Amino acid sequence: MADNLVEINNLSFGYKNRLLHKGINMVFPRGKVVAIMGGSGSGKTTLLRLIGGQLVPTKGEVLVDGEIVHQQSREKLYQIRRKMGMLFQFGALFTDLSVYENVAFPLREHTNLPESMIRDFVMLKLNAVGLRGAYHLMPAELSGGMARRVALARAVALDPSIIMYDEPFAGLDPISMGVVCNLIRSLNDALGATSIVVTHDVHETFLFADYIYFVSEGVVVAEGTPDQLKKSKMPFVHQFVHGEMDGPVPFHYPAGDYRQEMLRVPAL
Amino acid sequence: MRRMNHFFQAIGHRMINGIWHLGAGGRLFFYVALYLLESIKRPRLIIKEVFATGVLSLLIVIVSAFFVGMVLGLQGYNTLQKYGSSEAIGVLVALSLVRELGPVVTALLFAGRAGTAITAEIGLMRATEQLSAMEMMAVSPIGRVLAPRFWAGTISMPILAVLFSMIGILGGYFVAVPVIGVDSGAFWSQMQANVDFQEDIINGVIKSVVFGVVCTMIALFEGYDAPPTAEGVSRATTRTVVYSSLAVLGLDFVLTSFMINV
Amino acid sequence: MERTTIDLWVGVFVALGIAAIFGLALKVGNLTSSNLGDTYMVTAAFENIGGLKPRAPVKSAGVVIGRVDSIHFDNENHEAVVSLKLDKRYTFSRDTFANIYTAGLLGEQYIGLEVGGEETNLKDGDKITHTQDAVVLEKLISQFLYSKASENKTDTKAVE
Repeated sequence: MADNLVEINNLSFGYKNRLLHKGINMVFPRGKVVAIMGGSGSGKTTLLRLIGGQLVPTKGEVLVDGEIVHQQSREKLYQIRRKMGMLFQFGALFTDLSVYENVAFPLREHTNLPESMIRDFVMLKLNAVGLRGAYHLMPAELSGGMARRVALARAVALDPSIIMYDEPFAGLDPISMGVVCNLIRSLNDALGATSIVVTHDVHETFLFADYIYFVSEGVVVAEGTPDQLKKSKMPFVHQFVHGEMDGPVPFHYPAGDYRQEMLRVPAL
Repeated sequence: MRRMNHFFQAIGHRMINGIWHLGAGGRLFFYVALYLLESIKRPRLIIKEVFATGVLSLLIVIVSAFFVGMVLGLQGYNTLQKYGSSEAIGVLVALSLVRELGPVVTALLFAGRAGTAITAEIGLMRATEQLSAMEMMAVSPIGRVLAPRFWAGTISMPILAVLFSMIGILGGYFVAVPVIGVDSGAFWSQMQANVDFQEDIINGVIKSVVFGVVCTMIALFEGYDAPPTAEGVSRATTRTVVYSSLAVLGLDFVLTSFMINV
Repeated sequence: MERTTIDLWVGVFVALGIAAIFGLALKVGNLTSSNLGDTYMVTAAFENIGGLKPRAPVKSAGVVIGRVDSIHFDNENHEAVVSLKLDKRYTFSRDTFANIYTAGLLGEQYIGLEVGGEETNLKDGDKITHTQDAVVLEKLISQFLYSKASENKTDTKAVE
């Protein structure tokens, strides 16, 4: 058994001629919560899709449990995915199914369990996220935070060994944020799973993550435990952690000289 | 000269785009076909979709059919009585409905009512990452979402078309017999003598099955292919209606020319 | 579960569809009348069948008792051979007369059978020998015009 459940080796990926990732290396050890941080549009979500085999890398490879994801047949890929649970940015609950049916969905699709057992499993998972009482609601009746928690219950319905979170805190109020934050840690430890969290919320991430990667311009610019990173003198990390407006990531989109542009006579 | 070039470029671009769409649609049809057998083993999913596409289209189909039948009765009577053969009104109403209007108008209504709903639903599922989520749960969206809807559309359309014909004929009867005063016996007997089960009714059903496949497939493709934005989904919905209507009317001509031995 | 109402509706929907197709078949279409049950075939030769088509009705005393099964051209005698499918319940004598009539002035053409006096009846595969051709409208009109023309001639003579 490999020590690292997921490994990303020298991975490059891009659309058309623009490379989004330029040779990324990451390892995700078993049982740990690893966060991937970076600014908006730095391709963090794309990394999750590459791990899930929804996208094929331009160069390099992603190993899950020692197997190269993008070289697998469709059946094998689906087999690998059954070991994964993913929480999408806004939950991606099935809008035509109730909360109960949403959580039951993976169980119904992949197992032949009798209804009574499915019920037990669903209630167990819903209880873990604190929404057992909301089983009869439709997704449209849930708040953002509740939807996120239901989606989390659905993601862990099959007891996955890898749980991926795509921006789990986006658009949540502080209370919901704290709830989700605690759930990530507790679910990871309860299931003995490995968690990969993509986010840009510094404060929360530093509370629960075991290890953090900083991604910028397609490369890993910094990595380390939260404590190491807090003390880091690297300008990028400093700017990101403290949320400074200007720094290595400039405030201004590249433009010509301001003074000159203001003085330029408009062409008639 | 430059303007001409732009013009031809635009035409070429559109054609290439159209052909690309056709190819992509064909490929999706192939994938859906691969899942059809598997999907029929889960009739629950299909029943749910038959409700959404068929049952919810019932009202619009029944109401339109009754009005279309009444208009046919009025117009037909107006013309036929000039030639002294107003009893033939039953034949006229029945043949127009069973052969053409039943399948075609039903398909157009279906594209507007059920087709757009399918496109919008699947487009939204893509936009809200529901399809991606399904993929990540190792469930094929084509098998779980598209294939049952395909079955439902293909089953619903002939049922709706047959209902349309039957209710349209009743609408024609309503205008011709109680309102205008054509003899009821002549109305039905002339109809029976001239409407052939095989050649008229069955051919009409065959048409509606073909329309069902095409309309559903267009709706599915446009939804599946829609850009995951609000604008993308709304455009895709419009395209569903436009392409379905064109396809139905064009195919109707082709099918009719196969069915009528001149 | 709440799905039962959906099941019910879908059931109603499918039942309506089946009812409609039966309604079309029985009330609108000719499924009932085209199914003649047991039949036997006879043939009849005509010099000219006009606009007679396969599946046209065969009537006797105005009642439909069969249908035209097929029509083909006999190259030896240069005449049209029409195969008739008749209901087994009805029998006709061997010297039955087969005429081609038109329903109304512009209506469809059908075959009318008039029973003769012989004792033996037509069997499967027999040929009706006494036939009368279809009335061709053009012939009728030209005949009418000729006779009018000759009438006119006699009229003018009479005046002279």
